[in-house]
Amino acid sequence: MTETASLTTSDGKPLKAALAASLATRRKKALLLVAPLLLFVLVTFIVPIGQMLFQSVHNDGFSSTAPTLQAWFKDHPEGSDIDESAYAALAADLKQMKADRTAGVAGTRINYDISGTQSLFTSTARKADTMKPPYKDAILATSDKWGDPNVWRAMRDASSPYTIDFFLNAVDMTRASDGHIVAVPSDQAVYKKLFWRTIVMSAEITVLCLLLGFPIAFLLANIPMRHAMLLMILVLLPFWTSLLVRTTSWMVLLQQQGVINDLLVWLGIIDNGHRLEMMYNETGTIIAMTHILLPFTILPLYSVMKTIPPSYVRAARSLGATSWTAFRRVYLPQTLPGLGAGGLLVFILAMGYYITPALVGGADGQMISNMIAFHMQKSLNWSLAAALSTILLVIVMIFFWIYDRIVGIDKMKLG
Amino acid sequence: MSTIQTGEPFVVFDHVQKSYDGENLVVKDLNLSIGKGEFLTMLGPSGSGKTTCLMMLAGFETATRGQILLNGVNINEMPPHKRGIGMVFQNYALFPHMTVAENLSFPLEVRGMDKAEREEKVTRALDMVQMGKFAARRPGQMSGGQCQRIALARALVFDPELVLMDEPLGALDKQLREHMQYEIKALHDRLGITVVYVTHDQGEALTMSDRVAVFNDGRIQQLAPPDELYERPKNSFVAQFIGENNKLPGTVEALDGDHCTVRLQTGELITATPVNIRHVGQETLVSIRPERVEHKSEMIPAGAYMIDAEVIEVIYMGDIFRTRMRVAGTEDFVMKSRNTMGQTRLAAGQKLKIGWHPADARALDPIE
Repeated sequence: MTETASLTTSDGKPLKAALAASLATRRKKALLLVAPLLLFVLVTFIVPIGQMLFQSVHNDGFSSTAPTLQAWFKDHPEGSDIDESAYAALAADLKQMKADRTAGVAGTRINYDISGTQSLFTSTARKADTMKPPYKDAILATSDKWGDPNVWRAMRDASSPYTIDFFLNAVDMTRASDGHIVAVPSDQAVYKKLFWRTIVMSAEITVLCLLLGFPIAFLLANIPMRHAMLLMILVLLPFWTSLLVRTTSWMVLLQQQGVINDLLVWLGIIDNGHRLEMMYNETGTIIAMTHILLPFTILPLYSVMKTIPPSYVRAARSLGATSWTAFRRVYLPQTLPGLGAGGLLVFILAMGYYITPALVGGADGQMISNMIAFHMQKSLNWSLAAALSTILLVIVMIFFWIYDRIVGIDKMKLG
Repeated sequence: MSTIQTGEPFVVFDHVQKSYDGENLVVKDLNLSIGKGEFLTMLGPSGSGKTTCLMMLAGFETATRGQILLNGVNINEMPPHKRGIGMVFQNYALFPHMTVAENLSFPLEVRGMDKAEREEKVTRALDMVQMGKFAARRPGQMSGGQCQRIALARALVFDPELVLMDEPLGALDKQLREHMQYEIKALHDRLGITVVYVTHDQGEALTMSDRVAVFNDGRIQQLAPPDELYERPKNSFVAQFIGENNKLPGTVEALDGDHCTVRLQTGELITATPVNIRHVGQETLVSIRPERVEHKSEMIPAGAYMIDAEVIEVIYMGDIFRTRMRVAGTEDFVMKSRNTMGQTRLAAGQKLKIGWHPADARALDPIE
């Protein structure tokens, strides 16, 4: 300790401090090199994801447009009687909404919980100016829906901009009129089933990709270079073709009047009346996605196999192992980093895949990402879409963690 | 052909040929029989076919023609795992995902040996190469020399009668390589196994082998014990490949039993021992080992042939002086003199007479 502490550079500075200073300069320079990318990733990746996470628990569509009601809910705890003062607050907010033209925004937020309420807001707000006390009667006269305790419960929930309701919705739960969390009726439960189907389909696609990719990668790694280059181009060709083109060409092949069915009928393998349904269902999604994601298993496997010298298998054979034993006990374990990387890559990509299931998936080939897109584009319930995305992100991270525990992330080799 | 056979033929190559592309023969008509307990080295430059021969013996390549017999049985069609041949690879080929003990246990496991017996054999094999403490290590945590010992132990742990070694010491540094040479040799003597060893290092071949087969161009150029190979090379290739060698080109003037007269390109007539000279008038290369050339009159053997020489450079190499001189028109004639007490140190530009015994001048085929 004293020995190292007393070491100095030739001009008398402590050696440790001098070393730290020179390393700090180098680190700063290195940071400058990555700074543009860091900034880019921050703006285009980290901030949007943060926003998405925030959106999943935050929605001020109602709370910001109905401040009077918000105050009333604060003063009157859950279970309070919805009396004249509540309706007065509602009328005041509706008048303001009319002036600001925000009735639609508030209605949209409540509409997430109780469908049909958006028009309730806009139509009542239109008449808000002419309303006279007692407001309860005046408002109930416009629509008796305003007497529904569920509507008031929904407004109470929405009066706070922060809520976990979207997450509840995302796992098929909702709040009963008394505020308790209950499961939605089974005929309305979609998300849990969809998450499960997404995981199962991704796993199936991953296994298929590994099974199909392994022999090709082995071949690539073991044939002479010039043949390998040609084969590699064939493997990479899908990468250079538009995703849309590839998916639509699968449609041409797989549909009931498509190439494969025609061929099978022509060969007499199947009857014309019993053409196979290979599209607009799970099968179609799995076939097309396996094809699209296959290169992601082949490339890491190839790069790992390329580094395994043939002498390992030869050694195993000379030591008395049959070719199968040599493969299983010596070759296969050494390809594990490639199998892990390729498998994880395909699995994660498949979990979030959108275009292919949307085009060839039909009703039961849809994945969770299609539902997220639906809420982003059609139902415009962005908060629910954000909640679904957050759950998807968490699931992916859980799988990542499991992979790290079992295989070790440091063993992964992407190429 | 050598007559030394340590036992009855154990491995026999019978008219073996090998071609990879159907156009060129990598191995051309190989005939070789290896005795039981023998240490035979296949020596040659890269591409000479020696490794292919080893791979055919191990079962990783199949002979295009001819047959290979092991213990009298044709093994051409036998898969490698049934041959029971131990093999040591150049890059060790220790399984990186297994510990040392697991590596050694592997050949015993695939033979269905029970655990207690396996452990006993693994321990014995590790002790044999003084690596008992390394059983739990992984190959990545060991040095090249340690890996090589483990590879050796793994090739021996299942008690094979025949062990093949494919340039096993190629990746080690010089000192370690020499040390391992003695260890391998000692193991061979102790265990009585048959070893077929492939190398391109002639020093290694001479040190370890009972017999050396010198390969070139797909053929065995000479098969002989080390001393015979060095002192009586049968052709120019062997003379060149084994040790250092002075070559004096000339033409055969007279041929008489075990003497011939060669006229060198500069006109001198020298006497030499004909080796593969067929007729008078043939082109020849007279080969003389540098250490058989003397310049001090008291060292020159009786009946020596004397010739003029001019010193070009003297290199001090510790135990010897390596003197390069101009002799009979060539400028790379080398003389090696031991650094003894009374040795005269020559200087560049010095003119002197050197001499050698005609028995040490061997008239060989001219190299094309």
